[in-house]
Parts: sequence; structure tokens; C-alpha cells
Amino acid sequence: MELLMSILIGLMFAAAVYLILSKSLLRIIIGTAILSHGVNLFVLTMGGIKRGNVPILGLKATSLYNDPLPQALILTAIVISFGVTAFFLVLAYRAYQELDSESISKTRGHEADDE
Amino acid sequence: MMNNIVLTPILIPFLFAIFLMLLPKKIILQRIVALTGSLILIVAAGFLVFYVRTNGITTVNVSNWKAPFGITIVGDMFASLLVLTTSIILSCVIVYSFYSIGKAREKFLYYPAVLFMIVGVNGSFLTGDIFNLFVFFEVMLMASYVLLVIGGTKIQLKATIKYLLINVVGSGFFVVAIGMLYSMIGTLNMADISQKIDALHGQNTGMLSVVAVLFLFVFGLKAGLFPLYFWLPGSYFAPPIPVLALFGGLLTKVGVYAIIRTFSLFFTKETTFVMPLLGILALITIVLGVIGAISYYDLKTIVIYNILIAIGVILFSISIMSRESVMGAVYYLIHDMLIKAVLFLIVGIIMAITGTSSVKKFSGLMTEKPGLGWTFFIAILALAGIPPLSGFFGKLLIVESAFSAHEIVGGILILISSLFVLMSLIKVFTRGFWGEKSGTFTLTIPYRKMMLPVVILLSLSVLYGLFSNAVFPFIEDAVNPIIDPTVYIDAVIKE
Repeated sequence: MELLMSILIGLMFAAAVYLILSKSLLRIIIGTAILSHGVNLFVLTMGGIKRGNVPILGLKATSLYNDPLPQALILTAIVISFGVTAFFLVLAYRAYQELDSESISKTRGHEADDE
Repeated sequence: MMNNIVLTPILIPFLFAIFLMLLPKKIILQRIVALTGSLILIVAAGFLVFYVRTNGITTVNVSNWKAPFGITIVGDMFASLLVLTTSIILSCVIVYSFYSIGKAREKFLYYPAVLFMIVGVNGSFLTGDIFNLFVFFEVMLMASYVLLVIGGTKIQLKATIKYLLINVVGSGFFVVAIGMLYSMIGTLNMADISQKIDALHGQNTGMLSVVAVLFLFVFGLKAGLFPLYFWLPGSYFAPPIPVLALFGGLLTKVGVYAIIRTFSLFFTKETTFVMPLLGILALITIVLGVIGAISYYDLKTIVIYNILIAIGVILFSISIMSRESVMGAVYYLIHDMLIKAVLFLIVGIIMAITGTSSVKKFSGLMTEKPGLGWTFFIAILALAGIPPLSGFFGKLLIVESAFSAHEIVGGILILISSLFVLMSLIKVFTRGFWGEKSGTFTLTIPYRKMMLPVVILLSLSVLYGLFSNAVFPFIEDAVNPIIDPTVYIDAVIKE
């Protein structure tokens, strides 16, 4: 199971890197979203995928529970990346309004050439 | 009960930031409350330093869960000193912001964003949990995105897109690194990780090296280490000066702190591969920083490349990992935080007077503002490391330890780099301040009020150099847990 997940996560990372290296800003943001999905699945996989019960104490487990810690970590990471992605999308929208383009090449140049 | 003092550097800015979010349009109130908060923070941080000095490393287990199971906040001397430095810089930058940031920005939650960034910075310094470190990094970064883009000019939008993208990728890899470490070790508490890595007795070293390099990648990205510094000159060029002073003084240094903390605790046995790698990358960073610093005629860009040089110097001395070199690194780190903030604030005043950041477009500023000229001159000498000033002792220790560790090339490179640091800024001084008066000077700015925080910070930096004997016991306290992780582990995990 871990092997299958690893291959899947590898594919997601590859897709994310490909999208982040593209020209359009929206593709880049989709790339970062896929990257964060890959990262979250990675943490889940690295915690170990075992056939235990869901980590709720009320359910009397016949044998063992699954590791609750990676699930808590992922929950935190999801919320953070949600916040960052929302900010990034609005930033892209503002940049589209100001720079009249959603191509990343429009963000070139840092000297005071546009003040 | 008393050890709850460790939490105050995180809680004070947090509570003040929340309060300030309620009344965003009342600028006067915002200013007063933000300044009060930062002054209280200085008192709390100063008290923390002396508390740690008398009682040793102070820890708080949040909610009273025993050490490896809950989140532990660890106040050792290294973190406490950095927290104190951070809060001093914060107060000075807040006072400077009154006169330079502009009402439009102040109305849109500028002060809360600054305070939230300090929550993240102080939290990163004090946390004892690797995932908690990630969360505090995100708090700091999120606030820094806001500070970078606030005002919404074109150049800021451009820079923020790049900065945000870089940091999203960096954060993703941070979580990956934590996941890998968790799968090997099975714990997140830094002291516990250190203990369990020690208990591996050389098994799994291949994986450990991989994790070490991943951490180096993540923190090197934040710190601006070669080859991951490419985002820094462009991004730091965009924001207004007080924000830039905060970024230049604090953000990259948090990356450096994280490298020192993780490498001293987790990867002490990885001396064959990871430490030499860090040393080589740091030396290349110095060289590239020097090339950038001497090739530009733009004030801001010159100081920005000087950040890279300092990062290289500190990380090189960390890669040696002897007692002396770490002392030099800690001393130099605090000096550099102060002096970079001073330099950016001075650059801001020069830009406010001349209306340009290009040193080719004005000269003879000395006839108008001699005080500014001499302040700038002292700051340059302190940065380059002229003996009575603060830059000297750190570099002396670093160079000495480099030679005694037979790192001849590194030691000589650091000495030569000081020469170029001096040259890059003396160029600004001679071209801009000496010579015939040329260029247009606006003298209507609130010059004295803007100089106040600069003078305070600079005199602190000078005193830091003059009274280095008084400071060194604190630095020694700070170095103990870095050199000997068992000190740190024993303080966190009590039987």
C-alpha cells in the first residue's frame, strides 16, 4: 500500500513541478495546490498505513487504532495552505488588474523602472 | 508558575495585534498601542534573559502534558537573546514607521501585521517542537506577505508573487522533511528527536543525511543561502523602508537560527557530508554577496547584498562547529540583526531627503546633514568590523576558529570579504556625502524624529561592541546547548 501511495505522490510532485515551471500564473497556483496535496498525502503515508480502527476512543477497537498524530499534522497543514492559496489567488487577481496580464514574465524587473 | 515568562514574548504581540485589528481606522490609537506593546515586549524579553541567566534553560510544557507528548516552549539563552534583539528592533522600527510609512498603509492593518510577524519570529525562536516551528514559520511568512504587498504598487505586486511562490514551495518541502523525520524517529519534540537519533548508533545514516539536506534546502531558502538566494534581492527591493528593515533584520536570521538549532540537535554526527556542504555553500554565498555588493550603485541593493555576506559568514562558522566558532556566530548574528536594521533605516532617511536610491544622482549631502553622514559612517565601520565596534569580536572569533580548524581558505575569504563590505558602503559615503552639492534635497521631512530610532539602535550596537566583556557570559550560556545537545535535552525532558 505504501509503495502505491509513494508512486502516486511522486506523480503528483512531478505534475506540480511541471505546472509551477509554466508561464501562466493560474497554472502556477494549480501547481502549488497539487504540491500541497502531495505533501499532505506524503505525511499520511509516512505515518504508516495500517488496518487499524479510526482514532476515536468511543469505538472499541478490536486490535489497534491508526496513528492520530499525522492526521492532526495534515489538518493543520491543510488549513495553512488553504489560507495561503486564498491569499495567492487574490494576489493573482490584483496583479491581473494592475499588470493587465496573467503571464509570470510580466513580473520581471525589480529596479525602480515602473515608479 | 514563574517559568510562564517564556510564553510572554509570543503572547504580548499576539494580544496587542488582536486588539489593534478591532480599530483599524484610528491611527493615533494604533500608534500608541503598537508602541506600548513593543515596549512591554522589550521589558518581558529583558526579564526573560535575566531569568534564564539565573535559573538556566527554562521550559514550559503547554497544558502540562509531559515533554515528548505535548508542545514544549524552550527558553534557552540563545533564543532569549534573539528575542530581546527582535523586540528592540521592533520598537525602533515602529517609531520610524510613524514618520515614513504613510497614513494609507497605517489604516490598512500595518501595525497588526508587524506584530503578527513578531509573533511568528519570537515563536520560531522559542519553540521546542519541529512541527510547531513550521506553524510559527507560516505565521511569520503570512504576515510578511501582507507587509510586502500592503500599499499595492506595481513593484510590490510583482515582488510578492515571486516571494509567495518561493515560500509556498519551501513550506511544502518543510512538511515533507518533517514527514520523513517522523517516519524514521516517530516523534516531533526536538529534544526527543535528538535523543532518539543518538540512540540509532549510526544506523540509517543515509536517510538521516537526506533529511539533513532537505532541512538545509528549506532553511537555506528562508535564509538566502547559495544557490537558494535568487529571490532575495528582487523581493527585498520592493517594500517600503520600515518593512525592509524588519525583513533584513529578522526574517533571514530566523532561517539561520533554524539551521543552527536543527543541525546542532539532530545532525551532529553528520560531520562527514552535511557540515562541509554547509561550509562550502556559505563560502559561495559570501563570494556572490560580495560581487553583488560592489557591482551596484543602488543604496538598497548594496545593503541587501550585504545581508547575504553576513549570512554566509555566520553559516560558515556554524559549519566548523567548535565552541569558539559558534560563539563567534552567535555574537555576530546579534550584531548583524542590529546593524542591518540601522543601515536600512539610514538608507530610508537618505532616500527621503534625496528622493532617489541611486548614489550616482546626488552628492554633497554632508553639507546639509553632517549628523546623518557621521551616523552612516559609524554604521559602515561597525558593519565592516573595525575594532572597538561590534562587528569586530564576532569576526575575530570566527576567523581564529577557522584557522585553528585548518579552514585556511574560509578564514582568508572572510577577511577579504570584510574589505569589500567596507568598500561597497564607503563608495556610497564618498560619492553621496562628499563632493560638491548636487541633486535635489527635500529638507521638509521630520528629520530629527526619524533619526531618533537610528541613533538608539546604533548606540546600542556601539555599546554591544564596547562592553563585549559584559556580553560574553551571556553568549557562553547561549553556546552551551548548541555545542552539547545533552544540556538542551536534559532541560526539556525531565525524568
